[in-house]
Amino acid sequence: MGHNRFSAWGFATTFALSLMPAAAVAERGDAGHLNILYWQAPTILNPYLSSGPKDIEPASMVLEPLARYDEQGSLTPWLAVEIPTLANGGISKDLTTITWVLQPGLTWSDGTAVTAHDVVFTADYCMAPEGGCQQATKFSDVTQVEALDDLTVRITFAGSKPFPYGPLVGVETPILQQAQFADCVGASAPSCTAQNFAPIGTGPFRVTEFRAGDVVTFEANPAYRDPAKPGFATVTFKGGGDAIGAARAVLETGEMDYAWNLQVDPAILNKMAESGKGHLIRSFGTPVERLMINRTDPSARLGDARSTREGGAHPFLTDPAVLGAMSAAIDRAVVAELGYGAAGKPTCDILPAPAIYASTTNDACLTQDLAGAAQALTDAGWVDSDGDGVREKDGVRLSVLFQTSTNPVRQDTQALLKSWWAEIGIETELRHIDPSVFFGGDQASPDTFQKFYADIQMFTNFFPGTDPEAYLNNWTCKSIPEPTNNWLGFNIPRYCDPAYDALAIELAQTAVLEDRAAIARTMNDMLMQAGALIPLVHRGDVSAQANTLEGVRMNSWDSELWNIADWTRAK
Amino acid sequence: MTEPVMITATHPPRRATVWRRFCAHPGAVAGAVVFGLISLAVLLGPLIWSLDAAQIDIAAKNQRPNLAHPLGTDQLGRDLLAALLAGGRISLLVGLVAMVLALCLGTLVGVVAGVFRSWDGPLMRLTDLFLSLPLLPLLLVAIMLWRDSLRAQFGPEFGIFLLIVCVIGLTSWMQTARIVRGEVLALREREFVMAATALGARPFAMIGRHILPNVLSPIMVSATLGIGHAIITESALSFLGLGFPSDVPTWGRLLFDGTNYMTLTPARVIWPGLAISLTVLSVNYMGDGLRDALDPRKSHGGRTRLKRTRQVGS
Repeated sequence: MGHNRFSAWGFATTFALSLMPAAAVAERGDAGHLNILYWQAPTILNPYLSSGPKDIEPASMVLEPLARYDEQGSLTPWLAVEIPTLANGGISKDLTTITWVLQPGLTWSDGTAVTAHDVVFTADYCMAPEGGCQQATKFSDVTQVEALDDLTVRITFAGSKPFPYGPLVGVETPILQQAQFADCVGASAPSCTAQNFAPIGTGPFRVTEFRAGDVVTFEANPAYRDPAKPGFATVTFKGGGDAIGAARAVLETGEMDYAWNLQVDPAILNKMAESGKGHLIRSFGTPVERLMINRTDPSARLGDARSTREGGAHPFLTDPAVLGAMSAAIDRAVVAELGYGAAGKPTCDILPAPAIYASTTNDACLTQDLAGAAQALTDAGWVDSDGDGVREKDGVRLSVLFQTSTNPVRQDTQALLKSWWAEIGIETELRHIDPSVFFGGDQASPDTFQKFYADIQMFTNFFPGTDPEAYLNNWTCKSIPEPTNNWLGFNIPRYCDPAYDALAIELAQTAVLEDRAAIARTMNDMLMQAGALIPLVHRGDVSAQANTLEGVRMNSWDSELWNIADWTRAK
Repeated sequence: MTEPVMITATHPPRRATVWRRFCAHPGAVAGAVVFGLISLAVLLGPLIWSLDAAQIDIAAKNQRPNLAHPLGTDQLGRDLLAALLAGGRISLLVGLVAMVLALCLGTLVGVVAGVFRSWDGPLMRLTDLFLSLPLLPLLLVAIMLWRDSLRAQFGPEFGIFLLIVCVIGLTSWMQTARIVRGEVLALREREFVMAATALGARPFAMIGRHILPNVLSPIMVSATLGIGHAIITESALSFLGLGFPSDVPTWGRLLFDGTNYMTLTPARVIWPGLAISLTVLSVNYMGDGLRDALDPRKSHGGRTRLKRTRQVGS
């Protein structure tokens, strides 16, 4: 981890190389112009005020963190000299502080020097009350951030922190310039339009024009630390449209060089790729398309208590026989193949990556077993006594309402699951909800995924970076969305098990990676065996790039544009 | 239409006359035949082509037309012909019922506003209000408020059908109301209406005997446009997730789903698109013919009008 690509020595070498006459070294901007298409348009370029990748990724061309994840998921120093560890003394013995050292000689795109005070300011900016910082959870245990000198920053945590690489690491929490944002702290943060639309950064590009919800234009940062980079002189970052249109613009018409997040039927994508203008690139991070099972009763007659623990347990979705049968009836290979093609792998775990955390205990579900599922239901007393094709027991019918967001691939998956469940005597009613409502988090809407006024719902979730601690904390009792906490929290199945909570606490106090992995696997297995979640597909990210574009290293752990400084055009 | 025979001293029964004029309009006849065929296919088709529209067959996905699947299959191997026939039932029913609802409301508002001066202002402001309401948020709110109770009352499919029909009907009557009011205002100044008023015709008799028959043509045109509008609105709603569940095929939904696969299996957009276009077009031509057939001025100049006006007093 001690390796550093931008050490002073390396800088000097590159500088010397650039002085060599007639060198074959590429020059900054000689690749010309680059067109990027994100079909969700950016509306702000300050990642601290946005939670969506549509804003955070274009911002990553300008703003950079202390360290980030490379395409393998390993932590790589970026603005820092090296990754602090216990071994090199960067992390204190009691695991309560981490000390970062900035590279010397870094400058902002306006030519001024980057100092530790900018780093401290950035942390204070996000931790300021009323600032509405979307990345506040990354700083949740931070008690103090201080500059020891112009290049050294120490972050102190409230307790021991075995994984201290949350704050100021990764695409969500880059360093802001203190001089620019000094007047934008706290309640005035969202009103600083000029700053939020064109932040000054250390990255390979700087903003020349920002039209919210439409297009951003960038030009090469003249003060960028590597004089030979970036390869492109200017970038047009277009937003809007839909995934299929974006894929077409790169693969078929060739008017764009790069398009992101193409959740489109693979049959369509492959057909487009035959045109020969571009090709698809994929990478696997942590996203898993999963079913969430409502363990509480969503019945409308409960009024305000529906889908809460107050309202009582679900009439049949806590029965292990039913949950096991529903999972066994699914042919995950078919779901993955039809919806995701090469970018989907069937999975039985909600924690499928990185490899060290992946459990193998639940792999039986990879094989579809309709007969076994039907038998298990019969054995548990669920039989179709009135001949309507739906099993019942004690007057309760196995009839579920299954909702998800509107997306052609998801509707196909819904249809497939419905047909399999029908074969084992479970009736399914389908519903799909506009994504902006479903994921919108509006307290007043009954259709958000947090309220979960349905029996089963499906979407993808993932965690950034490589440490699953925060992700696994999502299923502790205190994370259950309820009216009392304004429906915040990610424990969508309303799963609550003291043993699981105890493991979560243990994980927070464990420092050794292997031990952490073992606990994480146990937690994953507990969730799977309780049937709180039914994982379907380990989803890869799919993007498209023009055949003439070189240097793209697709990254699921960080911004896809993380190494845009290295991108060039094939000669 | 040239029908000198119409000027006869003995009036043939009015209904027969309308029918004869309608039959003399080639477009109307063609429209009626096409619409009849579509309706027949949609009603009886599923009995003959017995494949289930929801039957998934992964092995046969994305097929082009062949013997087993005359129109091909979709990305899950579902038969397009079966889906088209099943979807037609729903689309036509939604189109017709929503159109009738919108038409009744629109005509009622238009006629009342046109005939009764004191109602004109409030009703037209109401129309303006509805016209200026942003449609989508309104639909979102309506569906959010009533979806669950209707679902509990009538079951998921009929409940959502009622909701969609009402929502479309209640948000598309304004054009009809405005057109009808305009026509009624113009009619009110005509001699025969004045004469009827002078002879003591009561308002409702006036509306029934003089106003309505004369504004029938714009109403018919509205109706024909309304069917198409309703079918298309329903598909837009389905697309946003506010309509029928995704496994209930309607023409609009088939079309929307198919657009993504246009290059792979073009049949998936051609057939639903053709079905919608043919339906809207045929209903339009029928409306055209009906308008000509019903228009009292079309037959023989002012004479009929004069005669019928006279009849009122007798």
